[in-house]
Amino acid sequence: MMQWELNTEKPVYLQLVEQIQAKIIAGVYKPGDKLPSVRDLAAQAMVNPNTMQRAMTELERDGLVHTNRTAGRFITSDEELIRQLKEKYITEIVRDFLDKMKQLGLGRDDIISYLNKLTENSN
Amino acid sequence: MSVILECNALSKRFGSTLALDNFSLRLERGKIVGLLGPNGSGKTTLIKIINGLLVPNAGGITIAGMAPGVETKRIVSYLPEKTYLPDWMKVSDTIRFFKDFYEDFDEKRAYDMLHRLNLDPSKRLKSLSKGTKEKVQLILVMSRRADLYCLDEPIGGVDPAARDYILNTIITNYDENATIIISTHLIADIENILDEAVFIKAGRLVLHAPVDEIHEKEGKSIDTLFREVFRC
Repeated sequence: MMQWELNTEKPVYLQLVEQIQAKIIAGVYKPGDKLPSVRDLAAQAMVNPNTMQRAMTELERDGLVHTNRTAGRFITSDEELIRQLKEKYITEIVRDFLDKMKQLGLGRDDIISYLNKLTENSN
Repeated sequence: MSVILECNALSKRFGSTLALDNFSLRLERGKIVGLLGPNGSGKTTLIKIINGLLVPNAGGITIAGMAPGVETKRIVSYLPEKTYLPDWMKVSDTIRFFKDFYEDFDEKRAYDMLHRLNLDPSKRLKSLSKGTKEKVQLILVMSRRADLYCLDEPIGGVDPAARDYILNTIITNYDENATIIISTHLIADIENILDEAVFIKAGRLVLHAPVDEIHEKEGKSIDTLFREVFRC
């Protein structure tokens, strides 16, 4: 199971939204999966249940999570939506990375050669 | 929303020390509230007044509209700073004790929590470590279906794993009509579980605000704000 990591830099509910999105992208939560109750999720993440509720409301607004009045709360079954989320999420991370490299004065070729070198080592 | 606690210009004096100074506070139901202040700021005095163990020199206080007394003790569950259960008792004795005392005590809930902690109820308190004893006491207090919980320094002397267990117990056991007051000076450890923060300094109320509002307005954590307000 993925861990919840919260810092004090950002509002907690936003961090929860991002981490649940990451769990959906990574397949920890699969399309159509039932989510634990707000209280159980809050206990897992060690946050206030109202904060977790607020994160759920955000995710519902984006359509990633939906509530069935009787059966509980589920991850969307819309795989296209999840694919879009994944693309957006990854694009943001890569953009951040590229910005940092640019600040350090690295060009495209330098970055690629670093990537090649490091990914070889990790294999 | 209905009000569970109302303090109106409370003052409490011990000799020449003013432990509470014109202290007013209003708490609604359904909140986890951090009562935050350095040592000697009046946190325990306030909690003792709520529990009818101290009487204020001036000002008024009501719990669910009632002055502290027999009726409010039925709806307030109190975890004191120090343990008061006798060491010769078995864990199961303490459960029977609480069951006798409090109508709202949920025995099953208590045994479920003990079970999750792998704690043998036939053990005597004197054989338990300090941290485990504190957990038992918290289990007893959180097994009541109270309207107001007053936890005085529940995470004071325990290790990080025990602290997580305690916070978990608090989150999973409170219901939406109840309010939990957690007094502590260890802000960073508990700020994520709070709805509201109350800052108390030298017996006076410095701040009472929703935690989200503090994050948004001040752009900083409660811990950071606390360090600024209480800088020595």
